[in-house]
Amino acid sequence: MTLGPGTRTFLVFAALVVLGALVFPSSFFYRVGTLVWINTLAVTGMVVLLGYVGLVSLGHAGFFAIGAYATALLPQYGVPSGLAMLAGAAGAALLAALIGRPILRLSGYYLAIATLGLGMLIWMVLSKEAWLTGGPDGMTVTGFSARSLLKSVGITLKTAEAWYWLCGAAATLGAVLAVNLGQSSAGRALRAIHDSDVAAASLGVDVARAKSAAFVISAVYAAVAGALLALANGYITPDAGGFMHSVELVTMAVLGGAASVYGALVGALILTALPQVLTVFAEYEHMVLGAIMVGTMIAMRRGLVPALAGLLARRRAARHAGRLARRVS
Amino acid sequence: MAELLQFLVSGVTVGAIYAAVALGFTLIYNATGVVNFAQGEFVVIGGLTAAALIGAGVPPLLAAPLAVLAGLVMGLLLYRLAIRPAGQAPLVSLIIITIGASIFLRGAMQMVFDKQIHRYDGFSGEAPIGFLGATILPQSLWIIGGSLVVFAFLAWFMGHTRAGRGIRATASNRLAAALVGINTKAAMNLSFALSAAIGALAGVLATPVTFTSYDVGVLVALKGFSATMLGGVGSAQGALAGGLLIGLIEALTAGYLSSDYKDAAAFVVILAVLFLRPQGLFGARMTERV
Repeated sequence: MTLGPGTRTFLVFAALVVLGALVFPSSFFYRVGTLVWINTLAVTGMVVLLGYVGLVSLGHAGFFAIGAYATALLPQYGVPSGLAMLAGAAGAALLAALIGRPILRLSGYYLAIATLGLGMLIWMVLSKEAWLTGGPDGMTVTGFSARSLLKSVGITLKTAEAWYWLCGAAATLGAVLAVNLGQSSAGRALRAIHDSDVAAASLGVDVARAKSAAFVISAVYAAVAGALLALANGYITPDAGGFMHSVELVTMAVLGGAASVYGALVGALILTALPQVLTVFAEYEHMVLGAIMVGTMIAMRRGLVPALAGLLARRRAARHAGRLARRVS
Repeated sequence: MAELLQFLVSGVTVGAIYAAVALGFTLIYNATGVVNFAQGEFVVIGGLTAAALIGAGVPPLLAAPLAVLAGLVMGLLLYRLAIRPAGQAPLVSLIIITIGASIFLRGAMQMVFDKQIHRYDGFSGEAPIGFLGATILPQSLWIIGGSLVVFAFLAWFMGHTRAGRGIRATASNRLAAALVGINTKAAMNLSFALSAAIGALAGVLATPVTFTSYDVGVLVALKGFSATMLGGVGSAQGALAGGLLIGLIEALTAGYLSSDYKDAAAFVVILAVLFLRPQGLFGARMTERV
């Protein structure tokens, strides 16, 4: 029996979520695990944009922050937080759609700088409009608790565990959707653009529309991840929308390998867990992050997952060839 | 009127800094086709090194060239350790490499220096000079004069020296330049060294007025980009004009609209230019927008 890629992704992600819950000894690990899944979700959006289509966005933390702040702000005006989350995702999608068309006519450096500018503008509004957002100090987020949400369907868990399961489920769902998108004809159109705009257009792909769609999809991923972070942390600061966070998202994607959701998972896992494990990391955080970015791009341009997969495939091929050679001799 | 004049003076002062950063971009972009996102870090290295040396009692006239030298060495290291090993990497990789380098440098500076905001006294004292009802800091004259000297030097260097012609030839066609015997590797080394030195010099001159700290590089780089794009990528005159314009727009925004959003002015300009006139004010219509 062969499994479809979507089913396989579901099984792998679900197994990892369960495995985490089985081995975690304390709620601290559940906290870190939750962050890993939230980042995986956001980076999966980068996979769609960067991995499938080949477009760099240096402002994606802006969409992340839109999701987070919508979830933080709207409940203060009586909107239930589930609806606020949806509104945040819709807001990010709308902004991405509005700005996507003109911005995505640009490519390469121009696109990178335009998205950087966009992200900076969002960050600036969040840090300057203190009456609304609390300014640089951030604001507390009150919303539904994952624990009572799960209790309503009959599952009783500690708060940290409840968030872990919820975010793990969200990341799994996000990964399956992204993989299925990649396998669909729309996804093949996106990949065609990756290799050449012109070739894709000549095959009948509406390049502008496809790019815009990928931008919107990745913005929604980021916004949902942002909303989850705001709710899980109960607190949010403008840094969630800052340039460094945008860079972290891109780094996670390229470190793991932007071409697949497994890369998103590996990149998010390494860069989220590393600072938690290495206490000295905090001091050298920027240097390590920068060195990882430069090193990955020089040594394994396609990221860890494809590099390791390639290594395994080569070794298997070599072993196979060796066996054949022995049989012949 | 005096108020407007005051805004114009401060606009030209910061604009001259952005112009220097933009010139650095232009130089590297022309020679190697790389947009160096780490350009802002050179400015910070210049400023912080000078601050540390002056703080340690080194006279400013000695500290300044040493700081420029430190920037120059960093530029060469950046090219040797990060850009050249990447070879013919795709654009996406180059973007990520130069951003990675900028973040690495930011972390390194945080370790070597500290997280404080630094400044030192202006080279010609701190007493403001009256000027038609506005006042101007003597250091502003250093900044504006420094940028003009750098611009004039570059114009002469590119037009009238062997090395400068080598950079120009490498820029227009690397293979053809190599075929006629130009050392294109040296040209690329030189362009990184020069643009880092220019950035560091801007940092040294600007710090008494603008202050500096380990993390301002991104913002400086972005404004340098805005200036480059406004003027037209690849054009030195464009870099100069774009830098001054961005500085003026920023100063007028701070003066008449909102000082909270003065930094936003540059980004709005970037987005507007990219939408309306991607080739910039002085740039020729490009056949290829990479």
